[in-house]
Amino acid sequence: MKTDKKITRREFLKRLGAGAAVTSAALATGCTPKRATTASLNEVPSGGMTYRTNPTSGDRVSLLGFGMMRLPMVSARESGTGEEAIDQPMVNELVDYALAHGVNYFDTSPAYCQGLSERATGTALKRHPRSEYFIATKLSNFSPDTWSRAASMQMYRNSFKELQVDYIDYLLLHGIGMGGMEALRGRYLDNGMLDFLVGERKAGRIRNLGFSYHGDIEAFDCLLSRHDEYKWDFAQIQLNYLDWKYAKQINSRNTDAEYLYGELSKRGIPAVIMEPLLGGRLSNVPDNIVARLKQRAPERSVASWAFRFAGSFPGVLTVLSGMRVMEHLQDNLRTYSPLQPLTDDELGFLQQTATLMMQYETIPCNDCKYCMPCPYGLDIPAILLHYNKCLNEGAIIDDPQDSAYRRARRAYLIGYDRSVPKLRQASHCIGCNQCSPHCPQRIDIPHELRRIDAYVEKLKRNK
Amino acid sequence: MLRKLRIVLAALFFAAVTLLFLDFTGTLHGWLGWTARIQFLPALLALNFGVVLLLVALTLLFGRLYCSVICPLGVMQDIAAWFGRRGKRRKFRYAYSPAKNGLRYGVLALFVLALVAGVGSFVALLAPYSAYGRIASNLFAPICRWGNNLLAWFAERADSYAFYSTDVWLRSLPTFLIALATFVVLVVLAWRNGRTYCNTICPVGTVLGLLSRYSLFRPVIDTDKCNGCTRCSRRCKAACIDAKRHTIDYSRCVVCMDCLDACAQGAISYRRRTKQPVADAVAGSAVDVSRRHFLTGAALLAGAAAAKAQEKRVDGGLAVILDKKVPHRATPVVPPGAQGLSHLARHCTGCQLCVAACPNGVLRPSTRLEVLMQPESSYERGYCRPECTKCSEVCPAGAIFRITPEEKSAIRIGRAVWVRENCIPLTDGVSCGNCARHCPTGAIRMVPSDAANPDAPKIPVVNEERCIGCGACEHLCPARPFSAIYVEGDRVHRTI
Repeated sequence: MKTDKKITRREFLKRLGAGAAVTSAALATGCTPKRATTASLNEVPSGGMTYRTNPTSGDRVSLLGFGMMRLPMVSARESGTGEEAIDQPMVNELVDYALAHGVNYFDTSPAYCQGLSERATGTALKRHPRSEYFIATKLSNFSPDTWSRAASMQMYRNSFKELQVDYIDYLLLHGIGMGGMEALRGRYLDNGMLDFLVGERKAGRIRNLGFSYHGDIEAFDCLLSRHDEYKWDFAQIQLNYLDWKYAKQINSRNTDAEYLYGELSKRGIPAVIMEPLLGGRLSNVPDNIVARLKQRAPERSVASWAFRFAGSFPGVLTVLSGMRVMEHLQDNLRTYSPLQPLTDDELGFLQQTATLMMQYETIPCNDCKYCMPCPYGLDIPAILLHYNKCLNEGAIIDDPQDSAYRRARRAYLIGYDRSVPKLRQASHCIGCNQCSPHCPQRIDIPHELRRIDAYVEKLKRNK
Repeated sequence: MLRKLRIVLAALFFAAVTLLFLDFTGTLHGWLGWTARIQFLPALLALNFGVVLLLVALTLLFGRLYCSVICPLGVMQDIAAWFGRRGKRRKFRYAYSPAKNGLRYGVLALFVLALVAGVGSFVALLAPYSAYGRIASNLFAPICRWGNNLLAWFAERADSYAFYSTDVWLRSLPTFLIALATFVVLVVLAWRNGRTYCNTICPVGTVLGLLSRYSLFRPVIDTDKCNGCTRCSRRCKAACIDAKRHTIDYSRCVVCMDCLDACAQGAISYRRRTKQPVADAVAGSAVDVSRRHFLTGAALLAGAAAAKAQEKRVDGGLAVILDKKVPHRATPVVPPGAQGLSHLARHCTGCQLCVAACPNGVLRPSTRLEVLMQPESSYERGYCRPECTKCSEVCPAGAIFRITPEEKSAIRIGRAVWVRENCIPLTDGVSCGNCARHCPTGAIRMVPSDAANPDAPKIPVVNEERCIGCGACEHLCPARPFSAIYVEGDRVHRTI
């Protein structure tokens, strides 16, 4: 295997398996050899992880980073406390497995998972030597009543407590650009928090200082223009094959990832990638896109394309993935152990795929739940995701004459009641618009909910 | 043979009527709806004379076949009695008893009086089909729905849309308790003594009994063959065979044909009446059987902490949703097609078929004493959707006339009333307009609360001439537990 550089591990194993089968068949019966393998999904490789080196701190960071925003939860009934809780045993298992397979970057925030993520992350990581992993967390002072220096400071100090650490490897200003320049000034500049954090970096309690960006490009450009002053160690951006050239087309208020990455690499700032999979939207794609990707590489997962895309940029430090189940973690490990960068041909193929995907009116919701809780009880992501799901399955049909209408109607309405309780459905949206400012994808949520409600109403009326 | 035929027919009718109450998808009514329409009292109240004449003719020909085959309450009692007769020693457990005519006719007189006076709740209480409807919709339907929900649970996991989950909820406590009490009392009575209810209380049984005295076909005891063993008498669940005198009280006989098979001598046969007059049994003393007792009122109230829109700090989670409470309506709302309060009260038998059929959780039995158990609309769980006319399709008694969705869109059953104190734009300072957005007739408009200031929070104004009272606004109003807009019923419905 090592002598022949062209052969991949997967092919090697396959050949090995086939060889073994051939040998045993030949031994057993002596008849003509046949190709036979018991399974095509190979072992999850350990030790093959691709690493990138942070030029400023010299950290050797795994290309796969563990996002702690989509942690496995147990329902209120199961947890016994009457409230939804994090499935800590499962988190521990995932973290242990990830560490054992070379993942060393864990990204959390005080706001994630209803505020429970940091503690869960700290609990899981505490069981391992501190030198084996990097912790990233954020100053998530979104709510205006946490803009004050005292409240922000308290949030920052609390992260240490929740994570049970005395230094933080990567600290981010969280979601700059959301709320525009006003929020940037209010949250970090006017209250002196940014200067304070720079001081903390000097003191060694923060090893790398950066920011994550969503939304108003002015905030991004503003912070980069002051790179000489703040010396950003990294920045976190949304990058995937759909947003590379189409982010602005999807929503005119957003910016193409091509520009964001370009600006960072120009300045030599390593990029941490978020939403490489768009919250699963790039693995849960319309059926004919699945067919297209699978045809090209039948044994690769649909998601692996998105991860290879994000990982192929040399200026990328790590690619974050919120892995709720072991299967996702294993699939991602296969993709990055080691990374096979996209060829130019494959890159063109993915770009064409993105163009094809643009024909679908999928709502760009990544299920990040930043919009939640809706004060009027709606389950916004569930409503949007159900719509996307049906769209991907080709079950959005509003012409009663269509031969597939009855089936699609039944699937939509029954599935709707199953995934969203009646009182949390779109018909209850009053349009107060408290959600939209929180959306990192800048979706006009009330508008989309109204559209879905109108569609549902139409389905209900036309049997 | 005749007995077997009777059992098969009874089973079919019983299953059909029961399915009407268990089916929440509305697919069976097209096929089986007629089994509810041929019930005696609903047909009478619907002034469906064809059916009434048919039933009268049937009874005059064959006796009270209606009670043995068509009436679901009768069949239910037969089932209970069959369980009561299981075991060798209990097979011949009944005995002849004289008719309790005072009680029978007394109850019938009261019933007719109540019918004329329009005391719907008393009528609904005694009517056999209504009693069965209550039992089926309150006791059997929830079990059936839970079973369905279990299937739906599996279907969901199998990614199938064959079954979908449905709400199981207590629509009215008094009605549930009445149904439960009726069920328990009837099962106990039938278990022990067969058709006691049918021959002492049931007004339909009494009326048909008057006719069946003169029925053309009837079971007759051949005194030549009879050896006086009294097996027939002990096998008669109607307690109407006086074996000693070889007489049968045809006013109480439900022609179940059990006696035919019971007689070892073959002395009883079902045949055309002969010339010789049959001595009717004489009425005995009245028995005070207090059959039913019921509770009214008892409202379920659960105090819940006020959940103000919470300040968002972290991501995810779901806000608590308070259950809506029923507002106090000066005039109750009744479904479109019911014409108005008095038409409904006069024709409804309180069978619960419409309540069981309502897919939107709108209809529930009334708790008001004078129209107890008759349907009433309320919008906490859903609203009267424009495409749905289920209740009007299923009503066998002509209490809710059949309407089309097009007609429904113009039938006004009430009007929306705004409650300033609850309105979200004024209390929470957010824009809303969910009522106006969902009004199917466009009767609601949002206007600035301050006429002088166009930027003032917008509040709904109702054009009462266009409002039909469907309750979309009330149901979808974000104010909880009481909506900021609710429907006040109209006493008489009209077309706008």
